[in-house]
Amino acid sequence: MNSFLNIIQRDLHLALRQGLDSLMVVMFFVIAVVLFPFGIGPEPGILARIAPGVIWVAALLASMLSLERLFQTDYEDGSLELLSLSPLPLELTVLAKVITHWLTTGVPLIIAAPLLAVLMNLDTDGFAMLLVALILGTPSLSLIGAVGAALILGARRGGVLLSLLILPLFIPVLIFGVSAVDAAILGFPVKGQLLILGAFLIGAVAVCPFAAAAAVREAVK
Amino acid sequence: MPQYAGSNLKCVRSERVVFSNLGFKVEDGDALVLIGPNGSGKSSLLRLLAGLLLPAEGTLTWDGEAMVDDMDAHHARMHYVGHLDAVKPVLTVSENISFWSRMRGHGKDTSENAVGDALDTFAISRLADVPGRFLSAGQKRRVTLARLKASPAALWLLDEPTTALDKDAIAALENLIRDHRASGGMVVVSTHAEIKLENATVLDLSRFSQRRAA
Amino acid sequence: MSWIILVPRTKKDPKVNESSAMKRIDWLANPARFQRLSRRVRPVAAWLTVGLLAAGLYLGLFQSPADYQQSETVRIMYVHVPAAWMGLFCYVSMAVAAGVGLIWRHPVADLAAKATAPIGASFTFLALVTGSLWGKPMWGTYWVWDARLTSMLVLLFFYLGYIALVNAFDDPARGTKMSSILALVGVINVPIVKFSVEWWYTLHQSASVVKAGGPSIHPSMLWPLLLMAFAYTTYYIWILLLRIDGEIAATKIRAARMRQVHG
Repeated sequence: MNSFLNIIQRDLHLALRQGLDSLMVVMFFVIAVVLFPFGIGPEPGILARIAPGVIWVAALLASMLSLERLFQTDYEDGSLELLSLSPLPLELTVLAKVITHWLTTGVPLIIAAPLLAVLMNLDTDGFAMLLVALILGTPSLSLIGAVGAALILGARRGGVLLSLLILPLFIPVLIFGVSAVDAAILGFPVKGQLLILGAFLIGAVAVCPFAAAAAVREAVK
Repeated sequence: MPQYAGSNLKCVRSERVVFSNLGFKVEDGDALVLIGPNGSGKSSLLRLLAGLLLPAEGTLTWDGEAMVDDMDAHHARMHYVGHLDAVKPVLTVSENISFWSRMRGHGKDTSENAVGDALDTFAISRLADVPGRFLSAGQKRRVTLARLKASPAALWLLDEPTTALDKDAIAALENLIRDHRASGGMVVVSTHAEIKLENATVLDLSRFSQRRAA
Repeated sequence: MSWIILVPRTKKDPKVNESSAMKRIDWLANPARFQRLSRRVRPVAAWLTVGLLAAGLYLGLFQSPADYQQSETVRIMYVHVPAAWMGLFCYVSMAVAAGVGLIWRHPVADLAAKATAPIGASFTFLALVTGSLWGKPMWGTYWVWDARLTSMLVLLFFYLGYIALVNAFDDPARGTKMSSILALVGVINVPIVKFSVEWWYTLHQSASVVKAGGPSIHPSMLWPLLLMAFAYTTYYIWILLLRIDGEIAATKIRAARMRQVHG
């Protein structure tokens, strides 16, 4: 348990000292969403209709941007091989890093979401559900993304390759995340979508650390 | 009495057989020195011993039990020093070292004392609060070697540890290894003969690799 | 013998009671033995493909009835539906081969996974194109975001991701291992994506071939479908064996190059 928290503490430390990474992720999130009114026109009705989808897609892309560095710096300076040689099982090490990623990427996105909901004229009935869905969904994105980040260690063109690998895997979370918000706005029940998002999260916690650890072991050979 | 042994080991990297039919044994107090030309597999053998690589053939046993049966336990009893230094640029020297000793399960207080001792051993105590990005290559090497002193482990696997080290630092390392062996520890070192170890067994990897003389 | 590196650990654990299936898989692990088997099976698969394809196309294009709503264009179904099945079947096969390669370090299984990917991707692409062509007379547009086609599109992305990953490493063995992990993660996601996409939209024809009460398609339509499916399968086997042989040859060439460099 000590070692597990040790990793989280160090990674948070690194994120804070290296500063600004979380801020840049949020900036990307905001800019990406803001592009849509420019592209589609500022008509409030249209923006409101596409708001949940646009916000979710921008959240996916923003999550993905910070994933490339999840293992990359540790891989390059030799820390990752030492982490794989520590007494703490590598699966837990990966989980600790994912938690840090969520804290430094997912949580800022969740905090920024209400602002973007206002910018996109999202129906107020959907605000709360947007946050709930993001809280349930963004950890899954971090988990799935960690698998992708581990798979591209040592690959050529890792950044672009990462997007090709994990964006298709994000689609189920996207579908149900948006659907929950749409349902809340229209007054339909949302329990199904939330349960499914929860199931995705549990499934991701069960599978992704093992897949990512296997990929890390292969990468540090 | 701990004993680390391997038999009939074959190592394949990038579809190439690096060495085969290799056997070895180290017991407490032993030092095994790996020599051989570049490409003969010194680093690969050390990575095999650490468990980073798995052998294509052969077995590795610790006290008679297969190493692969309990990798976590194996990790707990060994230190590995590779080519890279794992020094984080934004963390200070003592933060870098104490992270690794806390990873091995030591509490915050015990590790602080141990870190201080470790810094003293390699004469870098004055660098304790310096962030990693200001260090020279030799200083970073000493930081990573200080991990060896900061937390105990029975088996030390060192891959060309003297890279970028000056005479004094090499002497400090030799003393450290001597003390480690005196208290029953084992060391496997790959080197181009800059480090002096008494009563060391020498393993020449060119005997096991399939290279023809260039 | 440089290809010897493809042979997995030969020491067998005497405590493990091997089933006959495992024995057969182990037996195939020796590349030379595999190549001998492949050389005998390939012509058979090729001729079967030609024969089944001819029979299936003949029955489908000329003998089976035209649909009263869609008239002749329904015949695209005989190319489209089996291609969609094969796209899915190939991905599952790829994942199984990847799993065998990862867990038992079976070298030919690794190559089988790598070789299956382009074939499966091509079938998926064929299904998408024929589905789109079929859609034009039916729906008036070349593309409609219905559940089936959309799932196929995502499957194509899964394939493309795998192919990109396997070729992204300088060390081919690492590329194969990493993409095997990806294939296993992907295969878990295939039903999830299918479920999600269906949940999201349903417009495509319902699955009328395999239902609890048996196929609801007239036998004269069913036979060509099945024949085409078998034809695609023998084609897959034929091309798979060809590609695996190619991978083994590539490995030998790389080994020769390594010998040249390292002496």
